[in-house]
Amino acid sequence: MAESAATILASGEAIAARRRFRVLRKLLHHRSFMVGFIIVLLMVIAALCAPLTGVDPNAMRVRMRFRPPQETWWFGTDQFGRDLFTRVLYGAQLSLWIGLSVAVLSGVVGAAIGVLSAQYRKLDSLLMRIMDALMAAPAILLAIGLGAALGPQTHSVIIALAVAYIPRTARIVRASALVTRELEFIEAARVSGASNMRIMFKHLLPNATGPLLVQSTFVFAYAILAEAALSFLGIGPPPPAPSWGNIIAEGRQFAVQAWWIMLFPGFAISLAALGMNLLGDGLRDVLDPRLKVES
Amino acid sequence: MLRGILMRLSQAVPVLLIFSVMVFMLMHLLPGDPALAIAGPDATPEAVQAIRQQLGLDRPLPIQLLEWFAHIAVGNFGESITLKQSVVSAVVERLPVTLSLSLVSLIVTLPIGIGLGVVAAYWRNSWIDAFVMVLALLGVSLPGFWVGILSVLYFSVQLGWFPPSGYVPLTEGGFWPWFASLIQPAIVLALFQIGFLARITRSAMLDVLDQDFIRTARAKGVDEWTTIAKHAFRNTLIPVVTVLGITLSLLVGGSVVIEQVFALPGIGRLIVQGILNRDYPLVQGTMLLFGFAFVLINILVDIIYTFVDPRVRYG
Amino acid sequence: MAPPLLEVDDLTVRFRTDAGWMTAVDRVSLAVGEGEALGIVGESGSGKSVTALSILRLHAAATTRMPTGKITYGGRDLLTLPTREMRQIRGGEIAMIFQDPMSSLNPVLTIADQIGESLRLHQGVDQATARKRAIELLELVRIPDAARRVDEYPHRLSGGMRQRVMIAIAIACRPKLLIADEPTTALDVTIQAQILDLLRDLQRELGMSVILITHDMGVIAEFARRVMVMYAGRVVEVAPVGQMFRSPVHPYTEGLLSAIPKLDVDVRRLPTIAGSIPDPTAVIPGCRYSPRCPLVQEACRRDSPALLPAGPEREARCPPRVAMITPSKETVA
Repeated sequence: MAESAATILASGEAIAARRRFRVLRKLLHHRSFMVGFIIVLLMVIAALCAPLTGVDPNAMRVRMRFRPPQETWWFGTDQFGRDLFTRVLYGAQLSLWIGLSVAVLSGVVGAAIGVLSAQYRKLDSLLMRIMDALMAAPAILLAIGLGAALGPQTHSVIIALAVAYIPRTARIVRASALVTRELEFIEAARVSGASNMRIMFKHLLPNATGPLLVQSTFVFAYAILAEAALSFLGIGPPPPAPSWGNIIAEGRQFAVQAWWIMLFPGFAISLAALGMNLLGDGLRDVLDPRLKVES
Repeated sequence: MLRGILMRLSQAVPVLLIFSVMVFMLMHLLPGDPALAIAGPDATPEAVQAIRQQLGLDRPLPIQLLEWFAHIAVGNFGESITLKQSVVSAVVERLPVTLSLSLVSLIVTLPIGIGLGVVAAYWRNSWIDAFVMVLALLGVSLPGFWVGILSVLYFSVQLGWFPPSGYVPLTEGGFWPWFASLIQPAIVLALFQIGFLARITRSAMLDVLDQDFIRTARAKGVDEWTTIAKHAFRNTLIPVVTVLGITLSLLVGGSVVIEQVFALPGIGRLIVQGILNRDYPLVQGTMLLFGFAFVLINILVDIIYTFVDPRVRYG
Repeated sequence: MAPPLLEVDDLTVRFRTDAGWMTAVDRVSLAVGEGEALGIVGESGSGKSVTALSILRLHAAATTRMPTGKITYGGRDLLTLPTREMRQIRGGEIAMIFQDPMSSLNPVLTIADQIGESLRLHQGVDQATARKRAIELLELVRIPDAARRVDEYPHRLSGGMRQRVMIAIAIACRPKLLIADEPTTALDVTIQAQILDLLRDLQRELGMSVILITHDMGVIAEFARRVMVMYAGRVVEVAPVGQMFRSPVHPYTEGLLSAIPKLDVDVRRLPTIAGSIPDPTAVIPGCRYSPRCPLVQEACRRDSPALLPAGPEREARCPPRVAMITPSKETVA
């Protein structure tokens, strides 16, 4: 008896493993996923390699101001003679860290709210009204207001953006969990005495991972763009932090004579957002063909 | 119809209440004493005390919240500290700029975004589709403020086609100067929404083209153009209208940043300046007005929806 | 004898799937006479619907290679007809109704518009006339309160009513041939009978030819004069309906017939055909039915059988069985 149960479990695991393998194979054959994956991978490597340039991103060299891109200064230098290549690499650390934190934070909180609303109908209307309220103002505006209130620091940017993107994630997870809840095996689990906790964590949440992952990838992309915009407005990590938005904001007044200052960080932002968007498109096609609207 | 609208309005009331409380809490999120934060590090104790009294920060929190609601109920959205005027009048002064920018941008966005999506879907998996989708992807990936700066450098500084910054009101310069001052920021602002809408329209259209009723139309002998324009397009609009609210939200959110790039004296600039000047009542009041406006806009979108989809119209 | 209204010769349709190209329809030939009712029967995946769609060139263009063979209608080959002329035939001379009435009508257009569109397109009538004719057509397909229904949207109608509307659209321009692809499958049993009655009456009144595609032998028995049985993309048997029910030749036809519940015989379990329809991309040497056939012989697994004459108006793709019926043929071949 115990043996057969073990066999069933093992075969169940084998099926799950095969399904994971199939998803992986589909992803490996998905063009935009692979392009996005390579872009993001290269950016992560570049960000991690930032210290290898051996240059302090904030070291000022007055005699080296406004050097155009050349052999020693690949991206040129800025108005304080700081090496832009090094600064853009450190900026990648900052941007990817903020993007990742926002994606994870809004994903975890959003999933929790979504699953709770689907499971507890009484909580649902309250939680969803709060989500509606959070969505009342444009996301970037909410982030600006929150970021301003929390003060110009990296972690306030993370919190502000995460809060701004939680409602959309929560709605997506809730929609998926509501569908799962109606399936027969949930009913069976309930009848056989599964607790609410067990239903939420063993059934509702795992069945929402596809849409959740897709949404979080897009949030990652939005967060990179939004962080740059906040920094540009002066509500991001304070200077001299080498945030991409900061570099562009500082370089803007010299844009005519030293175009390179604001050009390269802009490319970096675009590339990072592009990579994440491609990654998200691929994940959506493979994991969640029905999810068409990314909002 | 009217009953539906009233229903929708009554649903909006709790959302507005919660949103008001959130905006109220914003000031109390400030680390330490908000009055001190507003007055700045160099202020005298007397000045701090004056601000505290002016904003009612010396009273207990529940009383402050009640006052906050009482003020909102009579349309008082607070007083700006730096501008020495009410938030409502400050917003009303700048509203034409933001509205003009958003309107021109929306007029650019809708036909191009939806059109590109339809074109990509119709020629699906061709080079046209690939080209349009790369454009759309760039639209949602390039940071608007950066594109804006580059655009000014090229089209205004280099070519001199457009004024690099500033706003000319309709009432002062007439249509063309007004339009010239807006078209560049409006297009830059539209890029993201165009990409967003094109991607959504394409997948909505692909869904519709796979439907049985498209085959029915073809079986009737309807030509390709009519199949797309009459049978497929109206159905494609249904999911597109549902994201209209999000599109507008993205547009107005983006205008906050773009106004900064093109030095347009709109509401976005008002908020950013309020933040930089630590004029929190101004920021709060403006955000509150934004939230109220968007709740109404979303109701409007729901009403538009009922015109597009007959299944909803009859309930 | 007059030439048939529509003649299909060696029609072959190939699809692209994830697993490569598959042949959905393999050298199918058929003919429909004026005013005749032909039934095509087969399981899902037998290629019967693809055959029907190919006649009007309505197959999914993105995944289908252009069908080969010849489809002759009115002296012209429909497969090579210019698109403009093909459009005049669609809905004008050959009309089609589909399986799922819930999704076959456009949800954002009124009934009047959807029926009237055919009339405006093929007969050039104006909007007001089209609407008036639409009401008449709704009455013809027995929709009560037609004058009011005509201005409604499809979601207000039941499945049976929607299929009636589909029929009204199809017969609007008095087509010579109506292709009905599983017209009753998605409907309740009582509604099925009504729709079938309606189709039969309309066929008689309007003198149309009908190709009725179904997997339901009962529907065939009630409706068709001649039957064509398809299996895995091929025609396996053609016969007048009475003869086929009395004495099926192909073992597959036999299997289909024995799976019909009979009212006068008490059976615990209906017999079923062993196995399932083969994977369309799989290559089966010899007879495609051989893996499931209870009478399979050595040669069946090796040689691809031809469609052989098996009596007047009869053909079957089963050499051993045909030989049993007409032993003289065997010696000649």
